[in-house]
Amino acid sequence: MIVENLRFLGHRIVNAVWRMGYASRFFMLILFYSGTSFRRFHLTIRELFSSGVMSLIIILVAGTFVGMVLGLQGYETLKRYGSESALGSLVALSLVRELGPVLAALLFASRAGSAMTAEIGLMKATEQISAMEMMAINPMARVVAPRFWAGVISMPLLSALFSAMGVFGGYVVGVVLIGVDEGSFWSQMQAGVDFQHDIVNGMIKSFVFGVAVTAIALFEGYDAPPTAEGVSGATTRTVVESSLTILFLDFILTAFMFQGE
Amino acid sequence: MSSQALVEIRDVNFAYDSRPILKGVNLTFPKGKVIAVMGGSGCGKTTLLQLIGGALKPSGGYVKVDGQVIHELDHKGLYHMRRRMGMLFQFGALFTDMSVYDNVAFQMREHTDLPEEIIRDLVLMKLHAVGLRGTHHLMPAELSGGMARRVALARTVALDPMLVMYDEPFAGLDPISLTVVGNLIRRLNDALGATSVVVTHDVQESLKIVDYIYFIADGVVVAEGTPAEISTSDKPFVHQFVHGEMDGPVPFHYPGGDYGQDLNLRPGR
Amino acid sequence: MKRTTLDLWVGIFVVAGLGALAVLALKVGNLSTYNMSESYQLQAHFSNIGGLKPQASIKSSGVLVGRVAQISLDPERYEAKVTMTIDKRYQFPKDTFANILTSGLLGEQYIGLIPGGDEAFLKAGDEIKKTQSAVVLEDLISRFLYSKAEDSKQVDKQPN
Repeated sequence: MIVENLRFLGHRIVNAVWRMGYASRFFMLILFYSGTSFRRFHLTIRELFSSGVMSLIIILVAGTFVGMVLGLQGYETLKRYGSESALGSLVALSLVRELGPVLAALLFASRAGSAMTAEIGLMKATEQISAMEMMAINPMARVVAPRFWAGVISMPLLSALFSAMGVFGGYVVGVVLIGVDEGSFWSQMQAGVDFQHDIVNGMIKSFVFGVAVTAIALFEGYDAPPTAEGVSGATTRTVVESSLTILFLDFILTAFMFQGE
Repeated sequence: MSSQALVEIRDVNFAYDSRPILKGVNLTFPKGKVIAVMGGSGCGKTTLLQLIGGALKPSGGYVKVDGQVIHELDHKGLYHMRRRMGMLFQFGALFTDMSVYDNVAFQMREHTDLPEEIIRDLVLMKLHAVGLRGTHHLMPAELSGGMARRVALARTVALDPMLVMYDEPFAGLDPISLTVVGNLIRRLNDALGATSVVVTHDVQESLKIVDYIYFIADGVVVAEGTPAEISTSDKPFVHQFVHGEMDGPVPFHYPGGDYGQDLNLRPGR
Repeated sequence: MKRTTLDLWVGIFVVAGLGALAVLALKVGNLSTYNMSESYQLQAHFSNIGGLKPQASIKSSGVLVGRVAQISLDPERYEAKVTMTIDKRYQFPKDTFANILTSGLLGEQYIGLIPGGDEAFLKAGDEIKKTQSAVVLEDLISRFLYSKAEDSKQVDKQPN
């Protein structure tokens, strides 16, 4: 019984390590075959449309609502300490440092990441990938790398849009609806948010998340068994794995960026 | 077999993990001919095509195409070789995110520097050859199964390959489409001066269009010959296959022990 | 979708994203009010900095004039050495007074500069000599309690 369990555990670990190695190799291959994505940039533009433009609506709407909630909750909390004027700073800092990059990445993973996995998985299941290989066209360069770079480019832009919409939402609730002084809202925000320290670090975060989410999504799609269950399982794994990876990386990056304060 | 051989397959062995698929097969595809490779499902026909295309490596023996051993080619050499091959996949494998036009133009755009006007003419010519010039603006999802197969055929021969491989070109087609595709395979082969390999289990259709037939079973070539020889053959396997009989050398029952025992029938009851 | 439409949308997307970034940088962040390239550095020693952190603001009459660049312990004087980056537009007299202050009761700490009357201005790399440390709440409370205790002792001693 114990031997059985140990064997099972060992099997799982060996599998996990093997998959990690396979995924790293896949990632290196994406980078290696990235030349085409930039030499023939229209390939990447096509993917920018399907991952970036198609995610716009959800990002804009979600950003606005998150900002509005931050405005309401922040006001309720700050009121107790008599510092409602810090609302702008609170809303902007939470968005720019954390919520913008993280929530935008989570939404991106479930909106665009899952679509990428399903698309690649289906291309594989219907032998489109094999067909491409038989035509002497490298699917890594032609199919995978442009999607990767489109994701990496989209992610910081979407995150910036999310944060900007969030600040707008916080402004609507805080200033327009509740009546926090407009001048102190903006000035506290500007005093509290540092360009390099907060905004640039937030952008770095979302760039890292973009790399992680698209790499996971593409790998899962490419690795999916060519069946209906295989593709649906891979899509689920993409969302689960990238969400966990985003939160884990967020912790690591935050620890490095905002340490010693 | 008078003319020169384009593809030579010699003593090829292949195994997935430890499960042997091919056990020393020898086939020769002469230039300009249409050859059928037949056998039951799962006998290694598709594996054979993948070996020719270089997607798999044989564990023994070699596959030679146009004088070059496929598994000894490096990445560049293999890709160069593949440009001169075309392969029609089982269900066409059209790129679903591109129009019919873009599908056929795909290889021309990827592999040549031809100006767009010439590509346009070439694409329309290829589509005309399969009788679907009018569909060039449609998406693959808007085509019927038979039409999709014909578009895939046009895409396969887009760069005028010297070797065209067909993986189950007749699977899932209605009788009319089946005849159309069958005739197209023959006509395109003769028009291009290419060599075609048709992997199929559709005996009646292939007997009409091919020059030579190989039968594969259990990883070895069990019979070969011209269509006339095959249809009159009295080998039990070929006879069963050609006439579609239920039981014969290929048994109806998967080996499963004693039937009575499985049903818990005890003798004397 | 046609290639041109697609290109247009992607263009709109990229411009919108960069625009959002610009809004964040200029309207939300401090890029418009404070520019690192045109600045000079000053130093000051404090016996206790309390909860002052790098990037904390430096204000004069409530106007943001710079930021704390670096904080370290001076190994010779056993005092905190604070390096400040000050906007080049603002010059301060030699006898400027640097205070560590708290915005609100529980707010973040910042350095307040109170200009003196000296004719000469501080130059890059100079040190502000007159400083006042942060007010540490614990010290304040213990001092308060101590004085209370003293008071009550005195009350006890008084004859009835």
